Amino acid sequence: MTDPAPPVIDVRHLRKTYAGPEGTTKVAVDDVSFTVGRGEIFGILGPNGAGKTTTVECVAGLRRADSGEISVLGHDPQADPASIRESVGVQLQESALHDKITVDEAMRQFAAFYEHPSDVEELLRLLDLADHRGVQFANLSGGQKQRLSIALALVGNPQVAILDELTTGLDPAARRATWDLVERVRDSGVTVLLVTHFMDEAERLCDRLVIIDGGTVVAEGTPADLIDGLDGSRAVRLRFTPDRTDRALAVLTALAADGADVESVNRSGSEIEVTGTRKVLFAVVQALAADDLVPEDVRTVSRSLEDVFVQFSGRTYQDETTAEVAA
Amino acid sequence: MNRGFGTLLSTEARVWLREPVAVFFALAFPVVLLVGFGYLIPGLREPMSDAPPPWNDESAMSFYLPSVLALSIATVALTVIPVTFATFREKGVLRRLATTPMRPQAIVGVHLVINLAAVLVASLLAVAGAMLAFGVPLPENPGVVLLSFVLGVAAMYSLGLLVSARAPRGTTASGVGMLLYFPSMLVSGLWTPGPAMPDWLETLGKFTPIGASAQGMTIGWLGEVMTGEVFPAVQIIVMVVWTAVLFPLGVKLFRWT
Repeated sequence: MTDPAPPVIDVRHLRKTYAGPEGTTKVAVDDVSFTVGRGEIFGILGPNGAGKTTTVECVAGLRRADSGEISVLGHDPQADPASIRESVGVQLQESALHDKITVDEAMRQFAAFYEHPSDVEELLRLLDLADHRGVQFANLSGGQKQRLSIALALVGNPQVAILDELTTGLDPAARRATWDLVERVRDSGVTVLLVTHFMDEAERLCDRLVIIDGGTVVAEGTPADLIDGLDGSRAVRLRFTPDRTDRALAVLTALAADGADVESVNRSGSEIEVTGTRKVLFAVVQALAADDLVPEDVRTVSRSLEDVFVQFSGRTYQDETTAEVAA
Repeated sequence: MNRGFGTLLSTEARVWLREPVAVFFALAFPVVLLVGFGYLIPGLREPMSDAPPPWNDESAMSFYLPSVLALSIATVALTVIPVTFATFREKGVLRRLATTPMRPQAIVGVHLVINLAAVLVASLLAVAGAMLAFGVPLPENPGVVLLSFVLGVAAMYSLGLLVSARAPRGTTASGVGMLLYFPSMLVSGLWTPGPAMPDWLETLGKFTPIGASAQGMTIGWLGEVMTGEVFPAVQIIVMVVWTAVLFPLGVKLFRWT
């Protein structure tokens, strides 16, 4: 038997509190543990204020944890932050450059700090910044600033890249382009620790992830496993031409009465929603075909990480996020 | 020294030169002020006829030059340095550097070097302007002038560092810097050069870092005949003490995040 490859990042029982007003303590991270394997995109997902950024700041050795153990590439970033600077690239949430520094200058300046930097030209091409090399930071678009920020995190040729909320404030096209880029970074052999509060981003990008809420891990796994782990019910929405809707409703109601795979049938306006087991779609289509009923439109209602969050936290995700922003 | 210090210095210097307002105030303001005052204020260009020889042939601008040199130190120390460091903190530049093998302390060091070069250029321009436009003679005791200048830079840059140590934003640092800048002009003798300064202001100024530097340079430049003093011992001690107190305090209080 061979030992499995040691994890790139290993976090055990991390805890971090801050002093609040009048002697109170605010618990930012209560008890967080996870391990990240080589070459994966590992997500830390959770609503604003869940403790995600504090967690990665402790992993990056930028903050002292109260307790817990952290190991990054075999080093302890808490005891010796300098030991991981060469091998861990960090992209922080806020802009971090002088307004008047150009893309090229920033890249070459940061490259000079590392013992074995990446090829600056290659990175500029990879991040689609080669045509903007002479542009000053203040004149870059939001997407370009974000790409430069990622480029700077990669310029030291790191084994691990920590990316914090990297698509916040980007338009949909720029977000998708950034996602493709993160996958390319992973495919080049870099382990990515991705912090995000976007469910869709985590679902699309992460090989594995933890969902954090209130400073603790509430769920861990691959996006598919987490979603499959929910209850086994499925839902299908169908739309028919108005003259056929009543007949279809009758057929489906009959199916629900004696079929094992269909649990409920509900009509709302011109749509009929059918819920049941994993085989519900098959049963519905078969019954309709037998009666020569062809729906105008069929949609399966897919489950997402949002449903996973609701199940584990007992709250809706969106409400929490809005409440945090409002506060 | 960290790898990449040279690149950091050259890049930061290039970016520094892209701020036209800062560059003007740091480099050109002292000489512009010197020449402007020399031509605008009546009598400043006239020979000091009742002064002892050989100074009775020289213009009163000889008293004004040390004040302008002190001003060039104060301008960089109180208007450029605090804003630079507080803005680095505000924009996350210090934090960003903390994630790389380069220590954030290096960028503070780099900017102290850049601003040291700036104050040297500004002062040489002011000296050249005073000599060419008003025929101000070379100093009586260049060593005393240089010592007072260097210690003035040390004390005032330490003050600038302290001002920027806690300021969360560039505008905060700029406000505090300005609050100290105007009294600095007063005690350097910018409004009341040389003998025109009231006794109480001279005594007060002697114990401020920039006032001590201005008086030290005046004594060194004009000598015993004009000032009645050979060596500005008290002023030198004052500047050393200020530096010894302000610099470690600035370093200790400096917030890196």
